[in-house]
Amino acid sequence: MSNDGCGAPEQTAVLPAGIDLEKEIVLGGKVTSDGTPVGGAYVRLLDASGEFTAEVVSSQDGDFRFFAAPGEWTVRALHRAGNGETKVTAAGPGLHPVAVSVG
Amino acid sequence: MSREDVLVTAEWAENNLDTAGVVFVEVDEDTSAYDGGHIPGAVKIDWKTELQDSVRRDFVDRAGFEKLLSAKGIANSDKVVLYGGNNNWFAAYAYWYFKLYGHDAVQLLDGGRKKWELDGRPLSADPVTRDETSYTAQEQDPAIRAFRDEVVSAIDTKNLVDVRSPDEFSGKLLAPAHLPQEQAQRAGHIPSAINVPWSKAANEDGTFKSSDELRELYKDAGLDEGKATIAYCRIGERSSHTWFALHELLGYSDVKNYDGSWTEYGSLVGVPVEIGPGAN
Repeated sequence: MSNDGCGAPEQTAVLPAGIDLEKEIVLGGKVTSDGTPVGGAYVRLLDASGEFTAEVVSSQDGDFRFFAAPGEWTVRALHRAGNGETKVTAAGPGLHPVAVSVG
Repeated sequence: MSREDVLVTAEWAENNLDTAGVVFVEVDEDTSAYDGGHIPGAVKIDWKTELQDSVRRDFVDRAGFEKLLSAKGIANSDKVVLYGGNNNWFAAYAYWYFKLYGHDAVQLLDGGRKKWELDGRPLSADPVTRDETSYTAQEQDPAIRAFRDEVVSAIDTKNLVDVRSPDEFSGKLLAPAHLPQEQAQRAGHIPSAINVPWSKAANEDGTFKSSDELRELYKDAGLDEGKATIAYCRIGERSSHTWFALHELLGYSDVKNYDGSWTEYGSLVGVPVEIGPGAN
């Protein structure tokens, strides 16, 4: 990830090098449908008031990841197969796992 | 100008995939999305490697734009329909860019790639080739692009619309929440700016909200319709989306996009910076 870009970072389960989990709040996980990973879902991060914050497309394996501030978040996934959402509270730095089921 | 002049529906697009003189162009935040499947017949423009100068921080110049469009097989007489992911974030940036270089017949596919996919419309991974053209661009239109000195003098004078997320506006974050927070610069916003996150202009499926909803959104946030407006974000792309809403959909006449945006302003020496949620 370069400094000047805004390009979509690759969505993988493994964190890219240089991410300091002592400092960063990472919300990450998988989109699934009946337990099967769903790639190509539009995954949206909504803040505590329900306001849209960011959106990524899940990887082939259903993975997604956000970098956030402390607080309560909703991760909402949209897919042809259906939509779904999961709430998560991130009190401090670290990897906060989030699983979202659609369908 | 009406909404139909600047936006096409997914249905219209699907019915016009083979129409002569209509060129679909994908410009995506995820520059690899196109290769996995794109609207049949669409060509791709890579916003990072093809629209930006590789050495200086600036756009490709007029000659570079002519060369790019010629190579893509886009003619001056073609109607260009742009689309991309993430609510047309980068497609709107390209739209502004086409207007900057004087290509008037350009439209956005309402909802972009997301709505197209959610509708279950066809995608193709087949390579697309178009015959090279001899494209002629105009000089950049200074009426829609703002530079830093104009932005500094617009404080407390013009509408400044900061379209980043509330956490970026207040100074808690330096980049959108799906990107690593790696930048070393000042956080905050330009004093007197109002904060209307760009995504508020879009529905969940990526289509633009109605003009009535948009007008209310910006007025409620404190936009003075009697004043000129400058929109900015972090690197000028999300603010292209808001520029589109204000200038193309609502028809406000004097609206500029400040593409230097926060990565420039937040690194300037001596300019005022405000932190916190702002007046609104």
